[in-house]
Amino acid sequence: MPRPAPGTTRSAAAAERDLQLPRPRLAARDATAEAVAGIVQRPGRAVLTMIGTILGVGAFVAVLGLTATGAGQISHQFTVLEDTTVTVEDNGPANNTAPPNNNPAIGFPADADQIAGHIKGVTAAGVWWPVSLPQNASFTASLALGATSSQTINLLAASPGAVTAMGLSMAAGSPLTAYENTTRQHVAIIDTTTAATLGISAARLASHPAVFVNGIAYTVVGVYKSAQRVVTDESAMLIPENTALADYGNPEPGIGNQDEAQMVIATRIGAAQTVAKQIAAAELPTDPARLVVTSPPNPQNLQSQVSADLAGLFLVLALISLLIGAVGIANTTLVAVLERTEEIGLRRAVGARPRHIAAQFLAESTTLGTLGGLIGTCIGVGVVVIFAATKNWTAVLNPVYTLPAPLIGSLVGLLAGAYPALRAARTSPLAALRHG
Amino acid sequence: MSGPVIELDGLGRTYPGPPPVPALRPASLVIEAGDYVAVTGPSGSGKSTLLHLLGLLDTPTEGRYLLDGLDTSRLNDRDRSALRGRRIGIVFQAFHLLPYRSALQNVLLAQLYNQTPRGARLQAATEALDAVGLGHRLDALPTTLSGGESQRVAVARALVNRPSLLLCDEPTGNLDSANAAALMEVLDQLNASGYTIVVITHDPAVAAHARRAIAISDGTLSERIAAEHA
Repeated sequence: MPRPAPGTTRSAAAAERDLQLPRPRLAARDATAEAVAGIVQRPGRAVLTMIGTILGVGAFVAVLGLTATGAGQISHQFTVLEDTTVTVEDNGPANNTAPPNNNPAIGFPADADQIAGHIKGVTAAGVWWPVSLPQNASFTASLALGATSSQTINLLAASPGAVTAMGLSMAAGSPLTAYENTTRQHVAIIDTTTAATLGISAARLASHPAVFVNGIAYTVVGVYKSAQRVVTDESAMLIPENTALADYGNPEPGIGNQDEAQMVIATRIGAAQTVAKQIAAAELPTDPARLVVTSPPNPQNLQSQVSADLAGLFLVLALISLLIGAVGIANTTLVAVLERTEEIGLRRAVGARPRHIAAQFLAESTTLGTLGGLIGTCIGVGVVVIFAATKNWTAVLNPVYTLPAPLIGSLVGLLAGAYPALRAARTSPLAALRHG
Repeated sequence: MSGPVIELDGLGRTYPGPPPVPALRPASLVIEAGDYVAVTGPSGSGKSTLLHLLGLLDTPTEGRYLLDGLDTSRLNDRDRSALRGRRIGIVFQAFHLLPYRSALQNVLLAQLYNQTPRGARLQAATEALDAVGLGHRLDALPTTLSGGESQRVAVARALVNRPSLLLCDEPTGNLDSANAAALMEVLDQLNASGYTIVVITHDPAVAAHARRAIAISDGTLSERIAAEHA
């Protein structure tokens, strides 16, 4: 390998011009290659070093994802039904001294349904109450001895508006009408389960079957298969409000009695809060305090509360993990610098400048951090997706937080590598090469 | 003839005290292109100091050091690094190979900082390894190489940039006599093909290969005018 002979007469100026051409530099691509080579030659250590960053970034992504998923789920639960239902209960007059079997008139006016209907946002509203029957009351479809009877049916009085607000989905026949209410007809609608128990099929409806409640006959005019409100999951028999008043008298007021008069109000989405504020004064201007209004919790408040609580706590944990990750990377990089003093000296001997040495170790720690961040993000996303899948929820991941998450790792690596890189750059090539 | 590769003009290095230690007393020396110089001396005599000064790893406290006619004492760190990466190849006693890199990668390392075009690196490194007789072990890791082979990889790394000066610091210090002889043969061949070589050693057998012998004792250089080799 012959060396080209140097120029015969070399002037100092020419030599200096010559020297200025190859100024030492380390291409970014070479620096990255060196950093990656430095990492992959000790893969086990690299993984251990990255654990803190993996945990930190993973926790960050998972926490934000889980809170977003949970909040999404909460808002989902509050949509449609709960968010559109307002309940008003009759707590009775201020000083109710009426004897038990002489209950005061119900707190709602006769035109309660119409009054509620005038409030903006109300789609349907009506009064209902569970009719208080003596113990061992029997429900039968026939007076004949041995006929099927049932005692587990709830007899409810309901105004036409209440029937509408309950959102019944009819299997056969029709819901209770205003006419049947004002004329105190002995009619009823029952759910399909009750119908089956009593032996009334939808096909038999045309023949006006009757249900006897303690001997009083009610003609079944409709059978419903499901309801959105109030009678969602119980066997029930609904009779007109005025029929119930005539047959059984006033219900006992007072919350906690289980059979006080109530109003169920279906509202448009988002209107429940507003309706709840107005309904008591509208229905009973003389004594609005008698009516106790229950509205669904404001879903926005609930969401932000859950998010703030959970996210706040877990983000602190994520931050701690990141800090541990940074210390881990700083520690390992520092050890690597001390371990590789010889390598640093050699690199200096083959023309590396201190800044090239610093760049190499900085690139190494940053690459470690980025890798940790990437793995952490993947794990975080995986945790959110698996958690959502097991709960049958929809995973919600905000790309604004998730996509740049690996960069958190890069930043941690960059900061953690600063001091070791400085130490490496200050290593004297002489001290390094004396090792041997 | 071409100008000298190395010109030392009253070059000296004193380590600051107290008390100050004059590791190398002011010395003047000219090494011509193609020279083969052995620097011998007992340990502590200043051999290493001279090596570090010649290799631009240390700065002199007095005098001038001209490499290829260029006054290195006037250069800043950047240009000294550039000169180190281009014009000087150093072979260390302890090889200093990176343990996780193959022979080829270890040689490639010497081209990392001196702007060798990426496309030209592989060929230069392969040629350098061929020149030391290791063309068949390009992908071997240092852990699988013998001491002699490791030192030859280090020689290949030192000459891959075709430097003006090949500096060898006790190159056979960690080798048995057979491997040492083989390595010296490689150095002899390199010198024959035009490389300027300075070997620092305490081994008379190694020094015998050189055409010029410079003794160093207590920081003072003295050249013995040896009889010309056959």
